[in-house]
Amino acid sequence: MLEHTYIDEAPEAAPAVTAIRTSKPVKTAVAGPWRLMWAKFARNKVAIVAGVIILLLYLIGLFAEFLAPALPDTARPQFTNAPPQELRLFATDAEGNSQFQLHVTGYTMTVDQASLRRSYVIDDAQVVPVGLFVKGAPYKLWGVIPSDVHLIGPLKSSDTMYLMGTDKLGRDLFSRLIHGTRISMSIGLIGVTISLFLGVILGSISGFYGGWVDLVIQRVIEVISSMPTIPLWLGLAAAIPLSWSPITVYFVITLIVSLFGWTGLAREVRGRFFALRSEDFVTAARLDGSSERRLIFRHILPSLTSHILAVVTLALPTMIVAETALSFLGIGLKAPVVSWGVLLQDAQNVRTIATAPWLLIWPSAAVVITVLAYNFLGDGLRDAADPYES
Amino acid sequence: MQMQAVNTSRSTAGQAGEVVLKVEHLSLDFRLRTEILHAVRDVSFELRRGETLCLVGESGSGKSVTARALLRILDKNGVIAAGKMLLAGQHGDIDIAPLTERSPELLKIRGGRIGLIFQEPMSSLSPVHTIGSQIVEALRLHRRMDKKQARAETIELLRQVEIPNPDKMIDRYTFEFSGGMRQRAMIAMALAADPEILIADEPTTALDVTTQAEILDLIKRLQISRGMAMLLITHDMGIVAEVADAVAVMHYGRIVETGSTDDIFHNPRHDYTKRLLGSTVKLEQNPRAATRAKPVASDRQPVLSVRNLTKVYGASKAWMGGSSFAVKAVDDISFDLYPGENLGIVGESGSGKTTLGRLILRTVEPTSGDVTYFGQGEPLEVTKLNKRQLKGFHRDVRLVFQDPFASLNPRMTVKQVIGDPLIVSGKLHGAALDRRVGELLELVGLDPAVMERYPHAFSGGQRQRISIARALALDPKIIIADEATAALDVSIRAQILDLLLDIQKRLDLSFIFISHDISVVRYFCDRVAVLHRGKLVEMGSAEQICTSPQQPYTQSLISAVPHPDPRHKRMMHRTRFTA
Repeated sequence: MLEHTYIDEAPEAAPAVTAIRTSKPVKTAVAGPWRLMWAKFARNKVAIVAGVIILLLYLIGLFAEFLAPALPDTARPQFTNAPPQELRLFATDAEGNSQFQLHVTGYTMTVDQASLRRSYVIDDAQVVPVGLFVKGAPYKLWGVIPSDVHLIGPLKSSDTMYLMGTDKLGRDLFSRLIHGTRISMSIGLIGVTISLFLGVILGSISGFYGGWVDLVIQRVIEVISSMPTIPLWLGLAAAIPLSWSPITVYFVITLIVSLFGWTGLAREVRGRFFALRSEDFVTAARLDGSSERRLIFRHILPSLTSHILAVVTLALPTMIVAETALSFLGIGLKAPVVSWGVLLQDAQNVRTIATAPWLLIWPSAAVVITVLAYNFLGDGLRDAADPYES
Repeated sequence: MQMQAVNTSRSTAGQAGEVVLKVEHLSLDFRLRTEILHAVRDVSFELRRGETLCLVGESGSGKSVTARALLRILDKNGVIAAGKMLLAGQHGDIDIAPLTERSPELLKIRGGRIGLIFQEPMSSLSPVHTIGSQIVEALRLHRRMDKKQARAETIELLRQVEIPNPDKMIDRYTFEFSGGMRQRAMIAMALAADPEILIADEPTTALDVTTQAEILDLIKRLQISRGMAMLLITHDMGIVAEVADAVAVMHYGRIVETGSTDDIFHNPRHDYTKRLLGSTVKLEQNPRAATRAKPVASDRQPVLSVRNLTKVYGASKAWMGGSSFAVKAVDDISFDLYPGENLGIVGESGSGKTTLGRLILRTVEPTSGDVTYFGQGEPLEVTKLNKRQLKGFHRDVRLVFQDPFASLNPRMTVKQVIGDPLIVSGKLHGAALDRRVGELLELVGLDPAVMERYPHAFSGGQRQRISIARALALDPKIIIADEATAALDVSIRAQILDLLLDIQKRLDLSFIFISHDISVVRYFCDRVAVLHRGKLVEMGSAEQICTSPQQPYTQSLISAVPHPDPRHKRMMHRTRFTA
């Protein structure tokens, strides 16, 4: 009833495919997990952009002294709450010829006699020539290398340039923001490093051994994460003696923030350990005679490094926000240290926001951009973290 | 007797042979990241009323996506590139291919005219609804019954699929059903709308062999009594021989050969069909019977001796009230393993065979009993070894895992995987390690140049070879292979078994081969131990167990194994065992 038919050809050796892209194929056979992860990450354009932004922010923090036109603490009382100046490319000289000249325009200041409030008007006629790699206020790069070259600044050192305006003491906000980047970005990094250390160690132990060890560690985590953070920070920060140097305070604040940040990471690591410790390849390694330490560090942890990396990237912005919040409330970093939170402290009242809105806008923009960039980067990393999924 | 019934009912079914579904030149493309995969190419077949067409092929052959295309439940990146799928109707044929995703015609066909049974009975039923409510829903949707009618009909359907006490079971949840019962419920659901076509996608792959026989039996009877056309998708030639009227063999997206079951089995034309049959039939013989060493002398010293091994779960004294509930996973098992011998341990899921393997290695601690290992020097009491001594024992007795994907660390290169036991034991490093890993790769039939690659670059069979190389790295005496071939395709399975036999010839090895697959055990082993609910039921030579089993349980187990020859169907007149 049914005809017996067959294809009169030798069996094929591989499934039929048509290549879509002619780009050079990734040699997945010898590509390590990191290469695969990178290949997957590189396809997420948003995450790449976010990563570049983060990188730029760290570079800014690293070379803050060189990038800032002025020192963060140089105050000029004649320019309090001066508005931002615009950087212009072409200037008209006395003969009326327009020619290329990087410059900012000066202010004319009027003082309201009744309220004694100063108001500034941008005066197009005043040209303050600006140059790249100019000599300015002397500084020591990283506190070591003495120099006085700034990336950008007024050619005459007696002139002023306030690209983002000034604060109530007449300090350049742009310079202060750049210096604040160093503190704010590094406080997250150091805080997360401490959290990472605690989280991975305790999470691994908890997940690998289970039993009463797990029970104790998990209860500790629950106790810590059930504490309301803001009052606790307030209490701990208030305990810092006023006589301590700003640097010591900085490290203590980092420590306080990170002591409460490790619990999430520890839980994540513990969960992954629970899943992985019963995997066949772990049993195989155990039967190969591997010690427990080797099992944890050589066989299990490498399988989660990418996940840990993603979690850490997502934990960094919470650290930055925590520092900002503490400093804003006046219990974190204090002047003369400059951080985004310290800068925002100046924008605490309505009067400032009304007269000098740039004091609120620029520091908060920096925080928002950083947190968003970290989140996009972290999401991208998390998606790429398992290169074997597809 | 049953066979006769099958034949008569087929000839009497009125319009038997009438075509209900015709697939013409169907091609399916899947868009992947860098390429388009032509998963199905130019596939044509017909389904006739009252007949079963088996779509057979190995993994990646495109058999499942073909079935899914019939119901238009392809993944998002899949498209029907060409072809027609004509479903016969009173007002002419309906082509399923151009229907839009939400069109009422398609919704009527899905579950209404074509019923589908999935492979995995665990995940295809909702865990939060009762079995009954899921079937009632299908009835109300497709047959517009009211609640009361639907409930009565559901009970009737559950009765038809031979679920005991259907009026009570209707209100039970999925987790209260065993695997076989869930598959029965799934069948009842597929049959709810009284479909003309039943698609069964590997319906018994997840089930034990005796349950498989019952389910296939049930599907076949229901199909004939209802006069449905059936498309059965399977990788198992044995099932094909038992159930099919017509067969289509798929390979890399094409139907390479199609014909009646008898033609395919007794007159295969295409090389791939021949190869597939070859590796299936090969497993029906035992090459060890011819090449076996002299019969085991009773005075020979065993290499491993297991005495009264028992593992009880759940009997621990709980600190509140205590628990009287205990499961004996392994119950008083004793056997000896002789040098150079292959001992098979067979049993269905839950029989304790895997636990037994783990008890011998002490990755699971035995409740009582002894394992004695006779290696070099003193006999070792495995159950009394401390941690350090146990490491030495694990060097001599190695384990090969079932899942070649989970058992290799994806973050390590092949060299690191195979070299790990050598590094840990401090035996080799540097160039000597490279050399040894190269040797081991050659031993398992892989090119030593692949050393620097990662496991994801290898197929299942190759990965299993890497696992074997890792097991051999420390010159073991005994290898415990736990379902080592279960995850592999038939042709690869035969290759791996031959590799193990070949290695055994070269190295002085004994195997404990744990498997649910009788044919594999028959091919590979000298002696076989049959486990049932933790107890050793029967033990004897492979040939004796497979041809003349003594115990009723073994008889039912052996007779339930599908036989890859349509002229000698075995399953339909099998022995049933009730315990």
